[in-house]
Amino acid sequence: MSENIIEVRNLSKKFINHQAVKNISFDLKRGEIKGILGANGAGKTTTITMLLGLLTPTSGSIKILSQDISKNRYEVLNKINFSSPYVDLPKKLTVRQNLFVYGMLYGVKNIDKKIKSIAKELGFENLLDVKVGELSSGQKTRVSLGKAIINDPEILFLDEPTASLDPDTADRIRTFFEKFCKNHNTAIILASHNMEEVTRLCDNVIMMKDGEITDQGSPNSLLKKYGKKKLEDVFLKIARDKNNI
Amino acid sequence: MKSIIRIFALVVRYFYLIKTSFPRILELMYWPTFQMILWGLISKHLINSNDTAVQIGGVLIAGVLLWDVLFRSQLGFSLSFLEEIWSRNLGQLFVSPLKPLEMVLSLMTISFIRTIIAMIPAALLAIPLYAFSLFQMGLSLMLFFSSLLITGWILGIFIIAAIIRFGISAESLAWGAIFTLAPLSAVYYPVETLPEWIRWLSLSFPQTYVFEGMRDVLFNNNFRTDYFLKSLLLNAIYALLAVVVFLISFEEARKRGGLINTGE
Repeated sequence: MSENIIEVRNLSKKFINHQAVKNISFDLKRGEIKGILGANGAGKTTTITMLLGLLTPTSGSIKILSQDISKNRYEVLNKINFSSPYVDLPKKLTVRQNLFVYGMLYGVKNIDKKIKSIAKELGFENLLDVKVGELSSGQKTRVSLGKAIINDPEILFLDEPTASLDPDTADRIRTFFEKFCKNHNTAIILASHNMEEVTRLCDNVIMMKDGEITDQGSPNSLLKKYGKKKLEDVFLKIARDKNNI
Repeated sequence: MKSIIRIFALVVRYFYLIKTSFPRILELMYWPTFQMILWGLISKHLINSNDTAVQIGGVLIAGVLLWDVLFRSQLGFSLSFLEEIWSRNLGQLFVSPLKPLEMVLSLMTISFIRTIIAMIPAALLAIPLYAFSLFQMGLSLMLFFSSLLITGWILGIFIIAAIIRFGISAESLAWGAIFTLAPLSAVYYPVETLPEWIRWLSLSFPQTYVFEGMRDVLFNNNFRTDYFLKSLLLNAIYALLAVVVFLISFEEARKRGGLINTGE
């Protein structure tokens, strides 16, 4: 059994008028892809933001790569990365300039070579000298993913990575992630509303509702448990079940 | 070493912004040059109407140019940070290994570059236009310049701390806050001109000593080391305070989720 590279224990986040995350615990193993599913406001993004250290938890602990991130956040930041269509890259810089800057921030060696190889893998070689502000949302997502893998992260946090992509591009991206995780043994935390994506990519799924984990397990085990054929039906059952939580 | 590379990375990021936009470079140079021309004409008028006021011309132009060093230094610092807010890039930056103080150091560096780009053309143009060379002040100019640059950075740190703490609504501070200090900074007149009850406030600002010292150089050709050291000491105290306020604001933003949500 491979090691836990993320250990979350009794994690909670309370904002002034709202308890966004309530006492959740879970682990992530090296090379594992874990989906976080839940309706809007379920606490997915808040959880990811706390894991990234952008948000301080109200209580609980987070260990990433054996480091307590409340104390040693900077020890792990160059080994993880993040992509979300809701956080942009500077629009006035070209794709190449953006990747160069982030490459330097992450201490990447041979940055130019790395940029070329990422652009080739994600199919945006012809966009390298285009300003990010001039890209379509699908192109921006691919570039953001390029930034997310520039440091060959051990853990990748993806917040709805294919939200703005057409089915063809989304499928290519999913194939890319499958290959990338296999080749680099990278673990992924994936927040998504796309059940097809979660079923295809994730080894395990966390179901969240109103800030709590309502269930977790492999997609197949959840389908079996709830007697459904599609993960979407499991999602809907949990989201609409008033007794759940 | 890794820290220096990260600081350099962010400087490169801001430099790309300047480099790729000619209007941006023009905008940097436009206001200091415009101000210098305007105040140069006013000085010329004073000189023509009163022989005893010859030196006043130099004092006014020097005041304008040095005040602009302070303003440009603060603006260069704050605007570079605002670029991150406007482009919703703050979250990406602070997920990288970049530390808050590394960001502050890179903002200082780019502010220095922006100030030089802004000030050099205005200072050079003053020579043929008004036969006034700011560079005549020599070493004292360099020292005053560096003190004002540091004061501008300190103001910039306070302003970005407010933006991190209160969000984009505090953006207007970057443009206007410094002007509330102008009447109390003895830019164009000595501190004695101010009402007695408020002089203590003026003397608690580092820039006041720079402008007082500048007048001594121009009128008496005398560099007041005590003024310069007082401005440095005050800068050191305010810098410490600014960094503490900034770090507290940063931690507050992490509690509220401000690093990920701040943007237009």
